[in-house]
Amino acid sequence: MAVNLKQLTQNEDLLTGGHRACAGCTGANILRQIMLTAGRDTVMGGATGCMEVITTIFPYTAWKTSFIHSAFENCAATISGVETAFRSLKKHGELPVQREKMNFIAFGGDGGTYDIGLQSLSGAMERGHNMLYVCYDNEAYMNTGIQRSSATPLGAHTSTAPAGSVKQGKEQNRKDLTKILVAHNIPYVAQTTPYHWKDLAMKVEKALAVDGPAFLNILMPCTVGWHFDPAIGMELAKEAVENNFWPLFEVENGVYTINHKPKDPAPVVEWMKKQGRFKHLFKPGNEHLLEASQATVDREWRKLLKLEASTQE
Amino acid sequence: MEQKLVALSGNEAVAYAFKQARPHVAAAFPITPQTEMMHKYADFVANGESSTEMILVESEHSAMSAAIGSAAAGARTFTATSSAGFALMWEVVYIAASLRLPICMALVNRALSGNINIHCDHSDSMGGRDAGWIHLFSENAQESYDNAIMAWRIAEHMDVRLPVMVNYDGFIISHTADALYMLPDDAAWKFIGKYNPAYTLLNPEKPITVGPLDLTDYYFEHKTSQLAAYEKAPAIIQQVSDEFAELTGRRYGFAEEYRLDDADLVMVLLGSSAGTCKDVIDQYREKGVKVGLLKLRTFRPFPAAYLAKVLGGRKAVCVLDRSASFGGQGGPLFMETRSAMYGLQVPVHGYIYGLGGRDFDLRQAATVIENLQKVAAGGELKDINLLGVRL
Repeated sequence: MAVNLKQLTQNEDLLTGGHRACAGCTGANILRQIMLTAGRDTVMGGATGCMEVITTIFPYTAWKTSFIHSAFENCAATISGVETAFRSLKKHGELPVQREKMNFIAFGGDGGTYDIGLQSLSGAMERGHNMLYVCYDNEAYMNTGIQRSSATPLGAHTSTAPAGSVKQGKEQNRKDLTKILVAHNIPYVAQTTPYHWKDLAMKVEKALAVDGPAFLNILMPCTVGWHFDPAIGMELAKEAVENNFWPLFEVENGVYTINHKPKDPAPVVEWMKKQGRFKHLFKPGNEHLLEASQATVDREWRKLLKLEASTQE
Repeated sequence: MEQKLVALSGNEAVAYAFKQARPHVAAAFPITPQTEMMHKYADFVANGESSTEMILVESEHSAMSAAIGSAAAGARTFTATSSAGFALMWEVVYIAASLRLPICMALVNRALSGNINIHCDHSDSMGGRDAGWIHLFSENAQESYDNAIMAWRIAEHMDVRLPVMVNYDGFIISHTADALYMLPDDAAWKFIGKYNPAYTLLNPEKPITVGPLDLTDYYFEHKTSQLAAYEKAPAIIQQVSDEFAELTGRRYGFAEEYRLDDADLVMVLLGSSAGTCKDVIDQYREKGVKVGLLKLRTFRPFPAAYLAKVLGGRKAVCVLDRSASFGGQGGPLFMETRSAMYGLQVPVHGYIYGLGGRDFDLRQAATVIENLQKVAAGGELKDINLLGVRL
């Protein structure tokens, strides 16, 4: 699917300005880009988290489409209910306005998706609802004060796994949620970032076009939680792709396609240096953690190449 | 209205009642003793007798969450659960009420863990008593069916717009074949009528935001408007019940008053144990003991003014709770009833009975009446007593 920039710029902005995101937040940008592609005939559902909080403080709403939030761990289940209601009301000829199709999009952070909402997400995907789930992965529970999540990478400082005199931040690797979703055998799963707007728009378009569930995992550099200059969020998103930390790929009916293969991937430490959450890893004695971070990125990239080769056969 | 006399279990009766409301969506997860109710419903759908879309979720938390999404989208929606399933829903049970979504739920009452127990008590329902739902209780399959028909009218009334749970005792009602009268489908549909949602997520021309962040400057006002609905609900419950009585001849209010007119001694309780009590009351009435029963139908909203009126001037009142409030002043029904009786100068005591499905038998009911006689004669009894347990 070809994404037409001219068309995108003419589409209606369905997330208003004036919401309460932090300066330099890339999450609001993700939502705005999704909405530019999805359009008005869309119901959005948000898990409790930054993006829900910044868009809906009563009596204000930043949403120009219908939006529902109910709790932290149940966004996928909630939107699955909305989608089922649509199908049932359509079948009974009782829709408030006639629509052949509407988009149902649930979104949550890594807390609401990788962790507390994983069961609800897994259930909704398995049931085959015609819905898109978007995870904006900022790699920790930012909304509650930067606590570690199962998406937090090795060594990152968080408020519940801090760097101290004995401990050096998170002691475990992050979970590969995207592949867990691939294992659900749903029609469409992909990873992207807000920097890669064309890639993101194309993936949203594909995800909404498939018949059945789709999942997008979108890396969301967080100025507050990652500790970087608010001006460079998009650069960090770009670099995470160029160093293979966050590859752009999509899985269509089980077939992997890597959308961008960096010719000469930069060392992941160059990216880590720009983020305060990894600052302690550059102290003498922590070299092994930097090496482990690079080794993990390299290993996962090799696995991804093999998956692409084997599934495209 | 000509009604069909049928023999059904409570679960089957409620499944029929819900089917007659032609819900658009049902979301549920199996748990004993609710299971057969959903099996029956799944059969209706599989055989084309119902066009409800079923969401067969992976947990009760998702069942209530999906029900919330569906109801917010403007679909008539139900769920069903028991015990631990209801406990797992707890967070979202509040949200359903706070968003003013008229979801109906069959709550097939079962004890909460631990230890794990599959049999009847009311601890599940009582755990959610502050969540904002309307709680209707039933004595038998007939009342379960009738409540499950009336629930829709109450929930969806614009002065109410609150979720309603139809409580019926696990196994005792849910799994026992019972004779009951059922409305023909078209008559039930005519009574219940089409659902007209006030708001829907599904109108792109009129978008809405549901469930926003609501802080110190508005949350309290929203809770105040929610509180007002419980003030209005009793009149609607009565109005719907009166219409139902015209249609079926079966009359309901906030409670059933059994041999209460001249009663000096009154038992207050919920659910299926009422049947046992009625038998024993009849026996004591033959002996000239003026005893009667007040079987509550609506636990939420709690009909305090009604109770004060009915219980004033009696010689002794006792309240039977099929659940405990650990560390509290007796069971939930006792606490509410005694509070409603404040200032009446009528002695009141309470019992906890039947936990985990322990049978409530004729002897226990007789003990209750004899204790009422003692108290009325000036005897002393503890505030809270246990019935039918090995001490």
